[in-house]
Amino acid sequence: MTETRSPSDDGPAERVSVPPAGGDGPVVKPRSPRAIAWARRRRAFATGWTSFRSQRAGLVGLIALAVIAVLALAAPLLTDATGLDVTQATADRLEPPSMQYWLGTDENGRSVLLLTWWGARISLLVGLAATVLSVGIGTLVGVLAAHFGGLTSAALMRVTDFFLVVPSLVLAIALSTVLARGLGTIVLAIGLTAWPTTARLVRAQTLAVEARPYIERAKALGAGHGHLIGSHVLPGVLPLVFANTTLAVASAVIAESTLSFLGLGDPTQVSWGAMLKSAMDTGAVTGGAWWYLLPPGLGIVTVVLAFTLCGRALETVLNPRLRGR
Amino acid sequence: MVSDVLAPSESLGDAPDSEGRSGGGSGLARYVASKVAGAATSLLLVILLGFFLFRVLPGDPVQTMTRGRAVSAEQIAELRERFGLDLPLWQQFIDYLFGVLRGDLGVSYFYSRPVSDLIAERFWPTVLLAGSATILAVLLGIWLGTRSAWRHGSRFDRTATGVALTLWSVPTFWLGLIVLMVFAVGVGPIPGMFPTGGITSPDTPPGVIPYVLDVAHHLVLPCITMVAVIFAQYQMVMRSSLLEEMGADYLTTARAKGLRDELVRRRHAVPNAMLPTVTLIFLHLGLVVSGAIMVETVFSWPGLGLLTYQALDVPDLPLLQGTFIVLAGAVVAMNLVADLLYRFLDPRVRAS
Repeated sequence: MTETRSPSDDGPAERVSVPPAGGDGPVVKPRSPRAIAWARRRRAFATGWTSFRSQRAGLVGLIALAVIAVLALAAPLLTDATGLDVTQATADRLEPPSMQYWLGTDENGRSVLLLTWWGARISLLVGLAATVLSVGIGTLVGVLAAHFGGLTSAALMRVTDFFLVVPSLVLAIALSTVLARGLGTIVLAIGLTAWPTTARLVRAQTLAVEARPYIERAKALGAGHGHLIGSHVLPGVLPLVFANTTLAVASAVIAESTLSFLGLGDPTQVSWGAMLKSAMDTGAVTGGAWWYLLPPGLGIVTVVLAFTLCGRALETVLNPRLRGR
Repeated sequence: MVSDVLAPSESLGDAPDSEGRSGGGSGLARYVASKVAGAATSLLLVILLGFFLFRVLPGDPVQTMTRGRAVSAEQIAELRERFGLDLPLWQQFIDYLFGVLRGDLGVSYFYSRPVSDLIAERFWPTVLLAGSATILAVLLGIWLGTRSAWRHGSRFDRTATGVALTLWSVPTFWLGLIVLMVFAVGVGPIPGMFPTGGITSPDTPPGVIPYVLDVAHHLVLPCITMVAVIFAQYQMVMRSSLLEEMGADYLTTARAKGLRDELVRRRHAVPNAMLPTVTLIFLHLGLVVSGAIMVETVFSWPGLGLLTYQALDVPDLPLLQGTFIVLAGAVVAMNLVADLLYRFLDPRVRAS
């Protein structure tokens, strides 16, 4: 039996039964392929994590994200949502920071700290949902184009190139104008405009994976399209998709704030972009109410920068060519 | 957006490979023809999308237009007739397509004037703003990127890359609001030095020179805001492209000849590393346009961006449709220029 494996494939040859990573004594019976695959994945993950840990900027980004995610999730436990209600507001409008309102108040007398805290939930939720949608579409289009080739590929890549060319903000504005206002529309508008870069990336990677000999062997053994894509292509492509995802969240968060700032968001929900829109519309800028401008903006910058740093570090881990740069 | 900065060579590198790479003498003609055909298809798709997005997707544009207002059945019927919505769909599209090709983009619902007139009025302010910002951003980006790459790993490199990444993460409109508050309104000891919006002041004395100075005075803040957000991409591309060049043999040769370090950089390395940046300028004009929408909104700069923003509130669908087609069409044209220029500038692409 001749096994031709490229040296770039991870781990030692897995047809030999290797002791699991934990090392629980000598292995007697041969392990199932599934178990072997999982052990290999765990090992790859451990190596990746070690490599990621050595990137200081990426680690900083990850910690910042963890803190923000915990704070956003814990908002209902730590704060009182009734403070978001305009009719319940008791303070004066645009009050500067004080002991009672650490970050001052907005034009309705609500606490800016509370608004920023709850705004994080909507901004992150929309950013993540839009990313899932766009990365999903991009991966599907990229894999299908590369796998089937020919006319399918030509048609799909023509569409991809088109969406790559059309300025995404302009298209997103058009989409959210014609659809009913709401969070779903924003998610749809960002998701439908942000997928082409992922599609191109996935297509290139799929072509590289499909050129490997084990794909040919699987084909010779009679593997169908579904099996080839699900068991061989996707596992090879997904790590790259994952790195791309972290970068995509960063742009989706900016896109969400931009659309909300233009007044295309859900008017009933507090998000960072919507806060900045009210700040502009109600004269907080000309009134010098810096406490109303800084918190939501710094929130966006922190989240976007954290995702970007994580994504760059992940790319370095997954793409050895970039290491040492 | 962010990933564009990080993987710039991706889109540039494999752009020319799909079509017409394998030509000899007639290769260039075939390449140009295929690119022009591609751009024409994209333009047609833009028009198609503009049509279906605004006429069909919401079901009934009249409903969208009159959302939240009390209108009688006769008014709706009149609106339907005025926008030609009572005709069959294919006829609407044919009318629309030939209208667009003739430069007829319909009549604005809010201004009751031809959309093409409104766009023509607002076109030059946007070109002035986006153009001056692009030029400044390119100069700044190339200078910073070159210095970063030439001493890569140094403190200058780390600082410049960090600043670029941070500014890239800043939403354009937020930076604009901050700049507006600090330099136009004034904060603490800083007095308001610049106008808060518009392109001219009402009290400018007559004459060309005062007019130019007044416009320049209004241009400073929006331009700085745009430059701050977009220079990063040129810096990153220049840096990585110069880093690729730096290992090349011809630089070693130039050094071995005894050329001064500065000359090696200026005469040999930088011109070669400039290629991706030059085409990137055109490829990224789409982002500049998007940035202009935000900057113009914040600074009330009377360009296409502000026009789009004002149309959003109504919502003025014919106007939005018109700006969509013009903005997207301009980007399609710029991409064509980038493709052709890349081929023209880089002999390696031509030869292969």
